[in-house]
Amino acid sequence: MTHYTATGLDSRKLAFWAFIGSECLLFGSLISTYLVYKGRSVRGPTPQEILNIPLTSVSTFVLLTSSLAMVLALAAVARGDKLWSRVWLFSTAFLGSIFLGFQAYEFTEFVHNGLTITTNLFGSTFYTLTGTHGAHVAVGVIWLLTLLVRSFQGKLGPDKALNVEIAGLYWHFVDVVWIVIFTVVYLIQ
Amino acid sequence: MATAVAEVKAEKASLGSTLWSWLTTTDHKRIGILYGVTAFVFFLIGGLEALIIRAQLAHSGNDLVSAETFNQLFTMHGTTMIFLAVMPLSAAFFNYIVPLQIGARDVAFPRLNAFSYWVFLFGGLLLNASFLFGAAPDGGWFGYPNLTSKQYSPGLNIDFWVIGLQVLGIASLAAGFNFVVTIINLRAPGMRMMRLPVFTWMTLVTQFLVITAFPVITVALVFLMFDRFFGTTFYSTAAGGDLLLWQHLFWLFGHPEVYILILPAMGIVSEVLPTFSRKPLFGYAVVVYSGLLIGVMGWGVWAHHMFAVGMGPIADSVFSATTMLIAIPTGVKIFNWLATMWGGQVQFRTPMLFALGFIAMFIIGGLSGVMHSSAAADLQQTDTYFVVAHIHYVLFGGAIQGIFAGIYYWWPKITGRLMNEKLGKWHFWLSFIGMNLAFFPMHFIGLLGMPRRIYTYSPELGLDTLNLVSTVGAFLIGISVLIFIYNVWWTRRHGEVAGNDPWRAATLEWTIPSPPPPYNFSVIPEVVSRLPRWSVTQMKAIPEVPPEPIHLPGGSYWPVVTAFGILVMAAGALLHSLWVVLLGGAVLVVGIYAWAFEPFEV
Amino acid sequence: MSDTARHEHQGHASTGTYLAVAAVLTIITLVEVGVFYVPAFQPVLVPILLVLSAAKFALVVMFYMHLKFDHRLFTLIFSLPLLLALGVAIALLFLFGAFVLG
Ligand SMILES: [Cu+2]
Repeated sequence: MTHYTATGLDSRKLAFWAFIGSECLLFGSLISTYLVYKGRSVRGPTPQEILNIPLTSVSTFVLLTSSLAMVLALAAVARGDKLWSRVWLFSTAFLGSIFLGFQAYEFTEFVHNGLTITTNLFGSTFYTLTGTHGAHVAVGVIWLLTLLVRSFQGKLGPDKALNVEIAGLYWHFVDVVWIVIFTVVYLIQ
Repeated sequence: MATAVAEVKAEKASLGSTLWSWLTTTDHKRIGILYGVTAFVFFLIGGLEALIIRAQLAHSGNDLVSAETFNQLFTMHGTTMIFLAVMPLSAAFFNYIVPLQIGARDVAFPRLNAFSYWVFLFGGLLLNASFLFGAAPDGGWFGYPNLTSKQYSPGLNIDFWVIGLQVLGIASLAAGFNFVVTIINLRAPGMRMMRLPVFTWMTLVTQFLVITAFPVITVALVFLMFDRFFGTTFYSTAAGGDLLLWQHLFWLFGHPEVYILILPAMGIVSEVLPTFSRKPLFGYAVVVYSGLLIGVMGWGVWAHHMFAVGMGPIADSVFSATTMLIAIPTGVKIFNWLATMWGGQVQFRTPMLFALGFIAMFIIGGLSGVMHSSAAADLQQTDTYFVVAHIHYVLFGGAIQGIFAGIYYWWPKITGRLMNEKLGKWHFWLSFIGMNLAFFPMHFIGLLGMPRRIYTYSPELGLDTLNLVSTVGAFLIGISVLIFIYNVWWTRRHGEVAGNDPWRAATLEWTIPSPPPPYNFSVIPEVVSRLPRWSVTQMKAIPEVPPEPIHLPGGSYWPVVTAFGILVMAAGALLHSLWVVLLGGAVLVVGIYAWAFEPFEV
Repeated sequence: MSDTARHEHQGHASTGTYLAVAAVLTIITLVEVGVFYVPAFQPVLVPILLVLSAAKFALVVMFYMHLKFDHRLFTLIFSLPLLLALGVAIALLFLFGAFVLG
């Protein structure tokens, strides 16, 4: 399993940080587009009319909490604590699912209020940005559930902590992207 | 099942070069060869498109092809040469040479490497399949909306382009992560960063640009795809959108892409020149740092492609200035190359000729590039053949000549035989004369007022002679490529056997047999200097036979299956069939899981 | 493997730190939503929110993603693209006249 590497760092972890760097430019482009097009829609609904701050504040809190569960899951796996690795992995995935539920509810509400992806520039940029983020959360949930299954199969011992750490990096990155989206899309209107 | 797989793998080594072993290979050398051969075929297709374009433009009022076909030809020529020829030809060298130069047995993620290749192959086939439907992309290689908007291009043409490029982007990104990690992490003991061969350094910078620039074009393409498929309004002025958004996002990618195309060739030249001057590269550190600087500054110049759109004096001035500045590290490299030859014992072998051709032509292309950096002058040149001249001096005179230098240089390492020198020189001189005949007149054609991307022109323009000269030059290049192909065929049988190090070169790849054994290095070398084969402190010799058994990763068919899932998804998107997309997605997911849980020791 | 794993995890923060970070993140989020609703903050809302959001970003990256304790190469390979993304965003906003409108 262990290999000599020139830096002493694990190759998968290094690759994953490079991937996260690359994702910065993906979300950077999406967020830039949202900001560039802000206020340019020729018809409503506008962000002020439609964004639900209390609801999104709660879902933001949920996602932040899931990050806490994630670090605790990693710590549990690393010290070989089977029960708590499962509890925290499940919690993380569960909280992620709740976040997705909030997003599904939010999207449905918006559509009812007349905002679809084709309605105006706000709709196009909003759904593309938050939808891409939501897709990342969904992939993360599936990833975490896979790890949970591996744990129940008894194949997630402390020697596999790196697998959890990398999943965690992904999860936290998706979280920090949301921190930015919550501010620039929801709070700065 | 698991045992069956294991048996197939165990058997594989003895089966040799059967189709199955190539489909499942994870050996960086074989993947390098796959990249090289595939990309060369695409290079021929792109070249054929260019020849038809030049035949059409040979004289005024010609009607060899229709305007419609002409649009498809120049779009596919540009797209093919950039994404399916130059990038993957460079990738062939990254794959084959970089692990050898750093003293590694493979790349960091061999299966991801195979995956990159298959996705690239499928993306290239998908793009070219458009010809079968008579709907090849026709919006130019930079696909500006609203030319590419549904309203003005309702056919499948642009759909093929949008989806093909997204697929190719996946291949480039996967390879990008792989090589960044390979170069940082798989260096042999003692191979410090400042001992890396310059080609490997330039590969690292290139891959950094790939992993940062490709997400941006992916986003731009997703917007265009959504506009075309779902009726979003990203590039719709009626809905308040701005066509310049595409141009900014595209060139934010497009300019780093220029360096993605040229830096590998610069790296190759930096290997070839010292070898055939019998002198170490002059100012190694400066060449490396200039490469790094180009990589970073390459992000700050993109809008020089957009001086004609009216960005205002501040933006124009800033991008003029940054573009002029980036010429400095590029110029520094040229002086370093010249100084390398100064006082050396220069040997004019074929790789060296191409390297010298690279320097000469790249200077001309670089100078016309600096001319574009002046916003005022650029207004005169934008959208004329002057720009076509510039890009071909940089990409043919630069990148392609650099790649041919690499092919002649590393051919003996890869095949064990030296290519024919006489044919090589014919190839070089014909292509050198041909390219100058083809592209130099384009400077004048452009300044005299001929716009690019028009399928014909009137005799009153008075450009018949210059255009004919250009066409003759293009066909000379075509003949030179045929000579190269003949040389390859000849070398297979009659090429001189190379031995480990036919050029008496300095770097690590020449310490091992040609072609290298599957494990590359019988023992992992201990590197003691930047020029292991030239320095006084000799490194320990590498034994002919491995002193102890070497573990080699077996093959895997999951990379090709996973890549196939992506192809099915792309085809489903083209057909607007959700079911096919979901089917492809299912194959993708199965592929990823099987891949993740497959026992595979690197 | 277990050896390197143990070695790496020595550097990681403790559960107490994680909880403290979570508490700070929650408080910042509450403050963010709070200032959003207070009319008095309206003129300086944007800078305040950007600073708070950057603080949250930094906390998660440094502690939850361990960049503070990890090898500097990871920081480099992450922050270079991050800075590029930031630069691109600022440049695009400038080019599309967002700063002129104010
Ligand atoms: Cu450029």
